[in-house]
Amino acid sequence: MKDTEGYVTADGRKIGGVVMEMKNITLRFGGVVAIKDISFDIREGEIRAIIGPNGAGKSSMLNVISGFYVPQEGEVWFRGAPRPPVKPYEVARQGIARTFQNIALFEGMTVLDNVMTGRLTQMNQNILTQAIWKGKAEAEEVANREIAEKIIDFLEIQSIRKTPVSRLPYGLKKRVELARALAAEPKLLLLDEPMAGMNVEEKEDMSRFILDVNDEFGTTIALIEHDMGVVMDLSDRVVVMDYGKKIGDGTPDEVRTNQDVIDAYLGVAHD
Amino acid sequence: MAQSGSVSGMHTIPALLARNVAQLGDKPAYREKEFGIWQSWTWKETADEIEALALGFVNLGVNEGDFIAIIGRNRPYLYWSMVAAQMVGAIPVPLYQDAGAEEMAYVLGHCGARFVIAGDQEQVDKVIEVQDQLHQFEHLIYLDPRGLRKYDHTTLHEYSHIQAQGRAARDELIGELERRIAKPEFDDTCVMLYTSGTTGKPKGVVLSNRNVIESARNSSEFDHLTSGEDILSYLPMAWVGDFIFSIGQAYWNGFCVNCPESAETMMTDLREIGPTYFFAPPRVFETQLTTVMIRMEDAGPFKRRLFERSMAHARKVGTKILDGQPVSLADRVKYAIGNAFIYGPLKNTLGLTRVRVGYTAGEAIGPEIFDFYRSMGINLKQLYGQTEATVFITAQPDGQVRSDTVGVPCPEVELKIADNGEVFYRSPGVFVEYYKNPESTAGTKDAEGWVATGDAGFIEPETGHLRIIDRAKDVGKMADGSLFAPKYVENKLKFYPNILEAVVFGNGRTECVAFINIDLAAVGNWAERNNIGYSSYQELAGHPQVLATIQEHVEEVNRSVAEDTMLSGCQVHRFVVLHKELDADDGELTRTRKVRRRIIEEKFADIIGALYDGSDKISTRTEVTYEDGRKGAISATLQIRDAAVVPVAQQMAAE
Repeated sequence: MKDTEGYVTADGRKIGGVVMEMKNITLRFGGVVAIKDISFDIREGEIRAIIGPNGAGKSSMLNVISGFYVPQEGEVWFRGAPRPPVKPYEVARQGIARTFQNIALFEGMTVLDNVMTGRLTQMNQNILTQAIWKGKAEAEEVANREIAEKIIDFLEIQSIRKTPVSRLPYGLKKRVELARALAAEPKLLLLDEPMAGMNVEEKEDMSRFILDVNDEFGTTIALIEHDMGVVMDLSDRVVVMDYGKKIGDGTPDEVRTNQDVIDAYLGVAHD
Repeated sequence: MAQSGSVSGMHTIPALLARNVAQLGDKPAYREKEFGIWQSWTWKETADEIEALALGFVNLGVNEGDFIAIIGRNRPYLYWSMVAAQMVGAIPVPLYQDAGAEEMAYVLGHCGARFVIAGDQEQVDKVIEVQDQLHQFEHLIYLDPRGLRKYDHTTLHEYSHIQAQGRAARDELIGELERRIAKPEFDDTCVMLYTSGTTGKPKGVVLSNRNVIESARNSSEFDHLTSGEDILSYLPMAWVGDFIFSIGQAYWNGFCVNCPESAETMMTDLREIGPTYFFAPPRVFETQLTTVMIRMEDAGPFKRRLFERSMAHARKVGTKILDGQPVSLADRVKYAIGNAFIYGPLKNTLGLTRVRVGYTAGEAIGPEIFDFYRSMGINLKQLYGQTEATVFITAQPDGQVRSDTVGVPCPEVELKIADNGEVFYRSPGVFVEYYKNPESTAGTKDAEGWVATGDAGFIEPETGHLRIIDRAKDVGKMADGSLFAPKYVENKLKFYPNILEAVVFGNGRTECVAFINIDLAAVGNWAERNNIGYSSYQELAGHPQVLATIQEHVEEVNRSVAEDTMLSGCQVHRFVVLHKELDADDGELTRTRKVRRRIIEEKFADIIGALYDGSDKISTRTEVTYEDGRKGAISATLQIRDAAVVPVAQQMAAE
């Protein structure tokens, strides 16, 4: 079957079969149609970008993928089967983690504690068992701390490990958010505008980390991004949205030469 | 004496390693903070790791006499690779990790390194970028595999794989390795270090086993170092000081080398380790003190007064107590109370509680900064040295410490001052040669073994301490024939926390002028507290109030300079606050952050012109290099300020 074939990228990475597929998704908020009949797929190991001008429906799309919004029409297929409506923690257990456009960290907690919260879904002890079996609780804490520390090392945030998040600059907060998402060891990582509001240097750092995550852990990444240069450099395939519709889908080169995409970005009259 | 090293059979670093394994096997030799905890290796484990790597080198085809370059931040693995290289008869060449690709290409080409060991992807990329220019280069070994998975691995190897291959082939290669370990003599090469060079291309300084081991032994005895010391290794591995502290003295005494988690965590790691033997350039002490002072400024009035009063008492008696001079009982009690509540906790915060011997060198340290640390009971001393001397030329013995001298000659070092004031020395640490550069070798070291330091200075007749005035070549004459010593004035200027860097010009001219760089941390904090908004370094540097403050500093310095009749001509008449920080990436500073006078003079010729032609502002455009190597330019209009000077003629008449 076509779906399991995958493809090979320009730089020689092997992309696997379909992990997640959007089938004719339509999402309405009252009378407003945010997403209109969109279909596309995300394959194992690829970096998949969703782009589009303001208000195109990108964030709504990401929320559909993460299960936060349930579309009125269409189906989300996950690992070869339609996914029923799910609770957020179930999504996390399925191996999907995300970051937010407007940072959603625990501001009063340290970076390390924030990253450790990313491990919560993997922990089996609860407050009661922790009170009774100290040894078990400690062993679990140590094992999870080790994973958190590896991610802190990976993202080079050792120097702020014990710093409260509220004292960090914006660019670093974004990185801490990525760390927390990675701490859940996701199979699919959703990034909502990971570069928004960053300067060139921070963008370069973040791009490197995204590529490294994909390369090192084999994580499938779906990201929304405004910065076209970044998207074109990072992603393997790009979905382009405009006014809730899909107007392009393909490799960065294909998308770049697509007339509809050029129109959407440069602006032509809509009927 | 010269033979004692060889008498005890300890004439190579690998021999010292074997001795430490036998005597101190289970004591920690290395620690490194990784994944949030301190990982440690005993001498036995260290020897095991080094042996595996050395076997891997033999397996990879490293020959005796090959050069192995090492680039990366301070990590135990990289220190091991230097010792492993020595085991197989190769010569380790540590390089500065922040060197650009071109600088690296020159050094790698000059020594003809066949092998390079790189810390991470960043360093690997630099080597790959220049490898086409390197004819002898063959294999690249990397430590941190992150981001390197997709690279072509035909000549690229992971450090741990080399070790695994070495371990696997142990039975068949160990004989060869043992033969090679036993071979080197006392006078064979131990290491080659490239000097950063204030002028021209870097030179490869060849140091023998004798140089390194004799210097380590002499200096250890001078300061009574033992196997119980802990040091924090955070200074560039390519710098001779780090090689002597972290390898020479560490192996001679068998003490523990601690490596920080990353450059940014150095201060935290310092506090966690609490070294007993600590070396830092003045800049580190300055930064620490600035941080303390800024935090005290932000503290409440009660805390601030308590701190100020305690420190005033410490300044009064602290250094005397440290030097063992008589101090009244009341003062001692008061000091003890201060120590319990203020100095002790402060030292602890700075990570200096356990420091038994602390050194600073490389640049002059401000007397206030120096006294601040000493008054708290930290045995901070100055030392004077250079790569060609295997560090040690002079050092201050305990109890004879002053901020304006660099101490007495180290054991077995002879000093002599030439007619022009230049300092010469002769010692067992005197380098073998500059690699492939007999001309420079002959120009620096004469047939009797005397080496020119390039520094001008004199020996104080009463105390026998050496005082350094300036670089010999920078000392010049003003138009009226009086002495011009720019560094002397610059150092006085730099002692103000607001001033990061200063460059004084005036050789052959009638008056002196200066470039000044503000310290963004100090001035920025001041601006914040006074509600002064600024959007960039450039804007802050040009702020009228900042200029006025700097002017006060300059005028104060002028008054202090005028007191010295010999140097009173060096007062700064006009100055400008520069719109950009002087930077090693732009070639304005060396990698060890020393000012490159001639380059600055050429690059900013227009500003110097304006300083001398009487104009009150100058528009200029300066090219800058960003960290990733791209170039850009910044334009600015700079204000030129006149500073009041103490009239020299009047001064002379008054004498």
